[in-house]
Amino acid sequence: MNVLKRYLQSFLFFELLKGLSVTGRHLFARKITVQYPEERAPQSPRFRGLHALRRYPNGEERCIACKLCEAVCPALAITIESEERADGTRRTTRYDIDLFKCVYCGFCEESCPVDSIVETRFYEFHFENRGEHIITKPELLAVGDKFEKQIAADRAADARYR
Amino acid sequence: MIDFAWSVWNGIPAWSQVTLVNLVLIIIIVLPVVLGVAYLTFAERKIIGYMQVRIGPNRVGPRGLLQPIADVVKLMLKEVIIPTNANKYLFVTAPVLALAPALVAWAVIPFTDRWVLANIDASLLFVLALTSLGVYGVIIAGWASNSKYAFLGSLRSAAQIVAYEIAMGFALVGVLMSAQSLNLHEIALQQAGGLHQWYLWPLFPLFVVYFIAGVAETNRAPFDVAEGETEIVAGFHVEYSGITFALFFLAEYANMILISALASVMFLGGWWAPLNVVPFTWVPPLGWLLFKMCGLLFLFLWFRATFPRYRYDQIMRLGWKVFIPVTLVWIAVVGAAMQTPLGFLFH
Repeated sequence: MNVLKRYLQSFLFFELLKGLSVTGRHLFARKITVQYPEERAPQSPRFRGLHALRRYPNGEERCIACKLCEAVCPALAITIESEERADGTRRTTRYDIDLFKCVYCGFCEESCPVDSIVETRFYEFHFENRGEHIITKPELLAVGDKFEKQIAADRAADARYR
Repeated sequence: MIDFAWSVWNGIPAWSQVTLVNLVLIIIIVLPVVLGVAYLTFAERKIIGYMQVRIGPNRVGPRGLLQPIADVVKLMLKEVIIPTNANKYLFVTAPVLALAPALVAWAVIPFTDRWVLANIDASLLFVLALTSLGVYGVIIAGWASNSKYAFLGSLRSAAQIVAYEIAMGFALVGVLMSAQSLNLHEIALQQAGGLHQWYLWPLFPLFVVYFIAGVAETNRAPFDVAEGETEIVAGFHVEYSGITFALFFLAEYANMILISALASVMFLGGWWAPLNVVPFTWVPPLGWLLFKMCGLLFLFLWFRATFPRYRYDQIMRLGWKVFIPVTLVWIAVVGAAMQTPLGFLFH
């Protein structure tokens, strides 16, 4: 009886038709493609993209060259050199991030006592020449200036979970 | 001016008049076929995309409609690379050998009651002969490439096509028994009068075998072991690039369209409308044929989106141990029934 049933099933294409019905239904299903340049996938305020160095509202840079980020960085992507400035504060003279080494873990941001180094939501960056992947202090500050509004908003949104 | 053209036309000998008229007719048939191939590739990408819940190509032109044109231009501009130690002449001839039969067979397809380029008596045999010739292109391509993947692919393809050719031939024997004719035009004429006259119903098992064998003959998924990307890269056409690759592509899709056209003519009543009542008779006969072909072509694409590739031994088992016995049994049934009062069912 089972043999007969099996023969009947394979000669009536039972399983094949079942498969065809699945793909046939999907033909009319809503498509899930996100058409990237015009449409974008939703982003979390915790998104970790390109790095930035922030400033205080009065324009003073936040970083105090404590080198906690350099110490915590698992990929050894951060290089910091520091000096005493004329007003007696300690400031960085060099703050490089190697974006090829960076794994975008966000530890630098977590470790920063003054919320200076942050990762922005910006992820559409590329390099056209060799060496451009090492992003320097002025560039990091420029990124911070450019996205400060969103950076501040994202930190505020996330503040109650920290 | 018209008089002058007319006098030139009358001035040339009669045999070249025939040749010229036929050349024009050939162009009228082949151009739409080639365009159809281009847009079949587009339809394939779109439909398979939709079945995989994505949207497929949509960047070139409105809704991606110019995508096939862009593909053709790209393929024409690519370099043709001939591998070292390949047999140069065979390597270049193979794609032509694959394409030519796929185009020649269109000569005997009856498009409507009056439109058929060559209304010859043994057109069914002619078509069978040509579709089996196509495999030489594949075999020679595999041999001439001097590559083990290509060689394996062509061996698989040869074995597969030999196996399915027989089942396909037997499926057509049923048709010619019913129609009492080898002439495709005659076969389509026999199915006049509406849906119930189509050979689809009395010969349903043969239709199924014919269509599946057609999928196997054109090396389409799920019978695409000849190219089997995951096993042998691209099979017989690994070494081909540019326009030579495009010709293989063209041949494969032209064969798909041809199989659909043949199946429509032999089992689905060709250019006849399904019912001889008003809304159906508004569509011109050619429209019905194209509609039936599109339906069958959609099945080709649907199969590709659904079924995983058969294992090689499964393909052989299906061809030799299932299809050939099934067709033989059904031919016997048809033959026996035709000797009884029930014979009218099969005419």
